[in-house]
Amino acid sequence: MQFRNLGSWLILGATLTFLIGPFIIIIFAGASAGNSLAFPPEGLSLKWYLKVFTVESFRASFVLSMGLAIFGTLAALVLGVPAAYALNRYKLPGDEMIRTIVAAPIIVPGIIVGLALLRYLVVPLNFTVTVALFFAHTALILPYAVRVVSSSLNNLRSDMEEAAVLLGCSRVQAFFKVVLPNIRGGVLSAFILGFVTSFNQVPVSLFLSGPGVRTLPIDMLSYMEITYDPSVAALSALLAFMSVAIVFAAERLLGFSRYV
Amino acid sequence: MSDAFVRLSDLTLSYGKSVAVPDLNLDIREGELIALLGPSGCGKTTTMRAIAGLLAPTSGRIVIDGRDVTRLSANKRGIGLVFQSYALFPHLNAFENVAFGLRLQKLPQAQIRARTEAAIATVGLTGFEARKPAEMSGGQQQRVALARSLVMEPKVLLLDEPLSNLDARLRLEMRIELQRVQKATGVTMVFVTHDQAEALAMADRIVLMRDGKIVQLGTPADLYDRPETAFAAGFMGFENILRLEDGDLVSEHGRAAVGYHAQAPMLGWRPDAVSVGTGPLQGRVVASSFAGGHREYVLDTPLGPVNANAPVSLAQVGVGEQVAFDLPLASARPLFA
Ligand SMILES: Nc1ncnc2c1ncn2[C@@H]1O[C@H](COP(=O)(O)OP(=O)(O)O)[C@@H](O)[C@H]1O
Ligand SMILES: [Mg+2]
Repeated sequence: MQFRNLGSWLILGATLTFLIGPFIIIIFAGASAGNSLAFPPEGLSLKWYLKVFTVESFRASFVLSMGLAIFGTLAALVLGVPAAYALNRYKLPGDEMIRTIVAAPIIVPGIIVGLALLRYLVVPLNFTVTVALFFAHTALILPYAVRVVSSSLNNLRSDMEEAAVLLGCSRVQAFFKVVLPNIRGGVLSAFILGFVTSFNQVPVSLFLSGPGVRTLPIDMLSYMEITYDPSVAALSALLAFMSVAIVFAAERLLGFSRYV
Repeated sequence: MSDAFVRLSDLTLSYGKSVAVPDLNLDIREGELIALLGPSGCGKTTTMRAIAGLLAPTSGRIVIDGRDVTRLSANKRGIGLVFQSYALFPHLNAFENVAFGLRLQKLPQAQIRARTEAAIATVGLTGFEARKPAEMSGGQQQRVALARSLVMEPKVLLLDEPLSNLDARLRLEMRIELQRVQKATGVTMVFVTHDQAEALAMADRIVLMRDGKIVQLGTPADLYDRPETAFAAGFMGFENILRLEDGDLVSEHGRAAVGYHAQAPMLGWRPDAVSVGTGPLQGRVVASSFAGGHREYVLDTPLGPVNANAPVSLAQVGVGEQVAFDLPLASARPLFA
């Protein structure tokens, strides 16, 4: 008994170390007083945290990433919610195939998705990088949107919509008046999951960058190639805090973990 | 038959290639309470969904109040349906659930409020307006579902197994409640059930169904006293049904020469109609239980098990003992296939 307890504590400790350890290291590496990225830091200061806000390219790429995350996720929901609804409620011919296609962007490695988009969208169709990025992020978030929304639709009985129809709704009205209000939590969860996924996305965005157009994670990579100072660690820590804050708020407000 | 308010003519209902209800004909009168009775899977829900417009018929016609509604979409038929699961809107409270249909019609606020309150009062839920469905008992949820349909003043109100999710006591209460509401509003009501006691107690007329076909249609007394087929008789408590061949009673277990002659190929007896203690037949008691006014016996006989009720005044016969009994021709119900 004693021993088993000890075993569980060891496993818990190891898990926490692996999960939270890197986070702690980044926080301290960014709070260094020295000039190069190192752990343990050479003294403590907040100067790198402050410097982050003065780097011009970080500001531009933050705005791009933020925009992609918000609008890409919105677009994915506009496509994903009706798709999830149709897959859930109607026996469609080839619905298994549709499910597989929708899930493909999570299964296929991001590098390949990025390369494919570059090769077949940006180059031949002359899409601007920003537009290609928008499509790429929408496609990446779509599977999450469909999945999360599907699972909340599963908990919703379909006779409710029929009841609404018999009270005078059209099918579309029934969707907006009785389905959507009851899957609101799932839709918001999908939004947050999509937002975080998009914001932290590297492999796909790697291929889709152009002069002055880079997402924040890519910008950080290229910054590091030139300047090996602790500001990247400081920025990473700030972004990690932002993600945690969003997820925490969602969990508090909506019981986020129920839907994932 | 000009008194048909709802008329189903040659109605065939299918799911893909499989036909659930072949060629149904049924007339329902205005203001009556009619029960669709039958075992699970016999097509009761399917028929109801077709009347409501949730299932398009493969062929045939549905006429309601003189108007052919076969091709009319469900949201324009003016029919209420209380679902077996109630299908309340979880995000709305009782008041808003009931007001839902009226709000769609964009009626004046004051009228919506008045009609909603009246409907809630009709089902006895005044005071529960602010409760969400999750905060109400099954019986209360069902009343909300009922009020939600009633408030629309439907031409026909359909109820799918309205009492099956309630406990025994509440079921009796809701039986009376449904009858009261029906009499008070005068609405034509069709309810589905697989419980013959429920149909007998509530309905003006009963439609007994089997495999998508109507087996017998009549008043509760018609069905209870005069079932025409072995199936109907079995449903109405004729627990002993035997074939009649050349004056012999026959079952898959054996035969007994009784010298009966009748027009029908089968005869049925309720347990009450079997007399215990005297008679030409012999059986061994395999179970006996006291049921208040009478004693219920299960006899093992050459014809297979026979269920018999005997008055308590009769001396009790112990399990394992032989006893004489009779299946009197006079109290037999003639039955056809
Ligand atoms: N959605 C459906 N798809 C295919 N077959 C169905 C469907 N619903 C019901 N059925 C079939 O139709 C027949 C009648 O079903 P139903 O009307 O639900 O019976 P009841 O309500 O009397 O229990 C059954 O054989 C059932 O299996
Ligand atoms: Mg049914």
